[in-house]
Amino acid sequence: MAWLLALLQTLLFIASAPLLAGWLKKVKCRLQNRRAPSLFQPYRDLRKLWRKEPIVAHPASWIFKAAPYIVLSTTVLAASIVPLIAVNLPTAKIADVVVLIGFFALGRFFLALAGMDIGTAFGGMGSSREMTVSALAEPAMLMAVFTLAMSASTTNLSVAMNYVLHTGLVLRPSFVFAMLGMMLVAVAETGRIPVDNPTTHLELTMIHEAMILEYSGRYLGMIEWASQIKLMLYGVLIVNIFFPWGIAQNFSPEALGFGALALTLKLAALTVVLGLSEVLFAKMRIFRVQEFLSFAYLLSLLGMLSHIILEVRH
Amino acid sequence: MAITELSHYQQAILLLASLIVLTSFLMLGQSRLLRLVFIFAVQGILLAITTALAADVLDSPHLYISALLTLTLKGIFIPIMLQRLVLNMGLHRDMETLPNPARVMMGGTGLVVFSYYVCLPIVKLSPLITLNTIAISMAVVLLGMLLMITRRQAVAHVVGFMSIENGLFFAAVVSTYGMPMVVELGIAFDVLVAAVLFGVFFFHIRSSIDSLDVDQLNRLNEVEK
Amino acid sequence: MIAVYLLLLIPLAGMLFLSRVRDSHQAGRINIRFNSLSLVASLWLAVDVLLEGPILSHSQMLYIDSFNVYLIALTAFVGLTTSIFSGPYMAHEQELGKVGKKRLRLYYTMYQGFMLAMYLVLTTNNMGVMWVAMEGATLATVLLVSLYRTPESVEAAWKYFILCGVGIAQALFGTVLLYFAAEQVHGIQETALLWTVLHEHASSLNPGVMSIAFVFLLVGYGTKIGLVPLHNWLPDAHSEGPTPMSAILSGLLLNDALYAVVRCKMLVDGSLGNHQAGNLMMGFGLLSFLVAALFLHRQTDIKRLFSYSSIEHMGLMTFAFGIGSPWATFAALFHMTTHSLTKSAIFVTVGYASQLAKTQRIEKIRGLIRTQPSIGWGLLIGTIAIAGFPPFGVFASEFLVLVATMNDYPWLTPLLLIGIGIAFAGLFRHIQPIVYGDVPEGQTAIRANMLPVMIHLGIVLFLGLAIPAFLGNWFNQATLLISGKLPL
Repeated sequence: MAWLLALLQTLLFIASAPLLAGWLKKVKCRLQNRRAPSLFQPYRDLRKLWRKEPIVAHPASWIFKAAPYIVLSTTVLAASIVPLIAVNLPTAKIADVVVLIGFFALGRFFLALAGMDIGTAFGGMGSSREMTVSALAEPAMLMAVFTLAMSASTTNLSVAMNYVLHTGLVLRPSFVFAMLGMMLVAVAETGRIPVDNPTTHLELTMIHEAMILEYSGRYLGMIEWASQIKLMLYGVLIVNIFFPWGIAQNFSPEALGFGALALTLKLAALTVVLGLSEVLFAKMRIFRVQEFLSFAYLLSLLGMLSHIILEVRH
Repeated sequence: MAITELSHYQQAILLLASLIVLTSFLMLGQSRLLRLVFIFAVQGILLAITTALAADVLDSPHLYISALLTLTLKGIFIPIMLQRLVLNMGLHRDMETLPNPARVMMGGTGLVVFSYYVCLPIVKLSPLITLNTIAISMAVVLLGMLLMITRRQAVAHVVGFMSIENGLFFAAVVSTYGMPMVVELGIAFDVLVAAVLFGVFFFHIRSSIDSLDVDQLNRLNEVEK
Repeated sequence: MIAVYLLLLIPLAGMLFLSRVRDSHQAGRINIRFNSLSLVASLWLAVDVLLEGPILSHSQMLYIDSFNVYLIALTAFVGLTTSIFSGPYMAHEQELGKVGKKRLRLYYTMYQGFMLAMYLVLTTNNMGVMWVAMEGATLATVLLVSLYRTPESVEAAWKYFILCGVGIAQALFGTVLLYFAAEQVHGIQETALLWTVLHEHASSLNPGVMSIAFVFLLVGYGTKIGLVPLHNWLPDAHSEGPTPMSAILSGLLLNDALYAVVRCKMLVDGSLGNHQAGNLMMGFGLLSFLVAALFLHRQTDIKRLFSYSSIEHMGLMTFAFGIGSPWATFAALFHMTTHSLTKSAIFVTVGYASQLAKTQRIEKIRGLIRTQPSIGWGLLIGTIAIAGFPPFGVFASEFLVLVATMNDYPWLTPLLLIGIGIAFAGLFRHIQPIVYGDVPEGQTAIRANMLPVMIHLGIVLFLGLAIPAFLGNWFNQATLLISGKLPL
């Protein structure tokens, strides 16, 4: 029963990821006074891509073809261990943040390889940029996670959420810093403005898009879907760790329903924040990305320091 | 896990303390003068809120006066004065190139760790967890100094100086619930006079070296040129 | 008791009054009158304290014992003689067109403001107020350093402002910690910052907090003393400000900052019960002493030369207070007096000398003794005195410091001797040609009132020959207060 629930949760996760992307698009369009596409437009896009025949360049090796599968499957695996609407699921035992970051790293590794595989200039450039960004973002992410772990005494997501739930509302300086740091990392890792712009194909500014420029059809669809799941993953991580209230602690239908409702509202609100920031900020030059990420690292580090300095009785 | 035992007001004090140190870091990384002054004003306002909260938590009404004093002086008067000066002197378009802000920031975190280390024996004395913030206040003082060291603009030096004062005031609030009223008024008076004098000095410096870049104040030297 | 209030009210009234006097000649004379009134008040106070013992005001805000009353008298005295010098000197500067009437008004107003701050530092019983007054002294003098508005003087004033401001901020942190330590003992009271209360409960103050607090206090007030490596502002401020300013900065401000440190040390010693604070002071003092002695050699500006000499002597005093034995304390107190008197006399003479030569550059000032013997002799005798030659008082006090060092730290004596030797050489290699060199063309005598110099040097000479009984008694009492024992 519980395993079934875990499976259902994962399915729900990957199924609703395009919806979140649609909602984000809608928010942005509203803010920019444009007419928004339907909420379900991302599904239609995916379906369209799925139907098209993938064109593969001649020099492509097996890595190029395997990469989309690997990227999608690691992302789905990552999604399966993050508590979405309920904690204490059987998957919680492997729901470790370090594992999560490992999944991401694995997917990114293959994507970067695929970018270089064909040997075009853009692919290589995109891969090198992506690796630069991730090399700077990962320490910040880990630092934020460790800050969290110091309070909750665990890196297990489910346990950490339980801990936050049980201590009630505590204004922890370290959580505020860790949350801000994590948000910045999320922006960088999911390739949003101001680090990267997912809607542009301007060669000088592309990061993520440069890597996947050679993909088409089904392969492109998988990668797009994976990145939508990734966006949602970060969103779920932020809202469920720092504001876990509402998440189901038992498996009764009411609790689960309430959990789903709460999550929807929280995610919708977070997306509005993200949309706002995307509208307000311009994309920064690639050379300033390291400043952005070092600031994220600084925030996470301050979070850890403020935990040590402020929150513990000496 | 001591923070969970506190009331929300006390937690808020801790939170505000950490935000104050964050504003210090933001100042370190800010190259535009007007924004620098703005962040300084935010720091002053946060400080005033913290003081008011402390007054409420500790039930010491005279801290309300201190909070009001801080708000008017550090949150409103000095920032507005600096802002006017920056605008009048046409400095708002100047951008100071900061040599490697990331390194300065990391140096700043080093200072935070250092002040924690220095203050540890003090913190251990008292069961009050709010006393932990004394390390933060010392860090604000040291970060103010770091700001002064890394900048060349006289205005930035003044902001650094005033933020050192902020740190000291914060230390007084968290460790001893504020100084006696006489002393506090005296300090406020000194700060006010210092702020006005700084304003006067900007004009002197500008008329003598035609800019506010204090690196150009280099006539007095031990070594003969 | 009334004398204390008078002492604070007179400079306050002087400040308000002088801010309205437009005629600068008259303002100079009024300044002298206010300072002589202060001197009278301080002497009255001194007699009171000597006869009746320490005075604590009703509100407990003011406290006078034999340690500070003697410094108050010294402050008032040097303030008066410098004001006698400053009237004609500033008038001459005005004739040269270096300052205008408005700035002279500022000058005289702030002169009284500075004196007020100094008296407040000395008389207050509240460590917080002491800090406020010390910062007030900076604020009062910072515009005086830049009085001439030359780029150099503005730079010196800016340095002075920033360095002293940041430095003294550390002292405030130390004061906060002091207050914190006191509150641990007897709850939240308004009295927890009062020196008398702190001193009474010194043994129950937490040693850990106190030792951290002392580091901050020493660094903070040490900036004001001009201890190396926090001394950078001092030569600049002394050399670029008007000469009377240099005289009172050197003769008074440095002393009073040292006074603040010693007061703090008394508290810390009571709490720690060991020699940690003393060791810190000895280290800083010795470093300042040696570094300043070396720096004397490479100076090209005559006022900078003597400001380094001030650093050197302040270092020596800090060192002596750091030793802490009755003899050393006695020597330090004695040296405070002789140094203040000699150094202010020297600065007055140097002021005339630079007016005479129309420059402060050492290589341009030559042949004073032939152009105007009184200035030449004044400078020569002053230098002999400050270098520590017998029969002047500085010799006696330095000798006492040496004796005390030999008694407690014999292995440090050679360092002191070498330092004194280097300083002596550094002073004389510059002063000898100034006094005896060839007279440059067109150098003529100026109007100079050498009376204050004569009085100061006369007293220093007398102190070198004999310490009058009342003064000796005074020093003894102060020594007893600080070190807990009588010297012999």
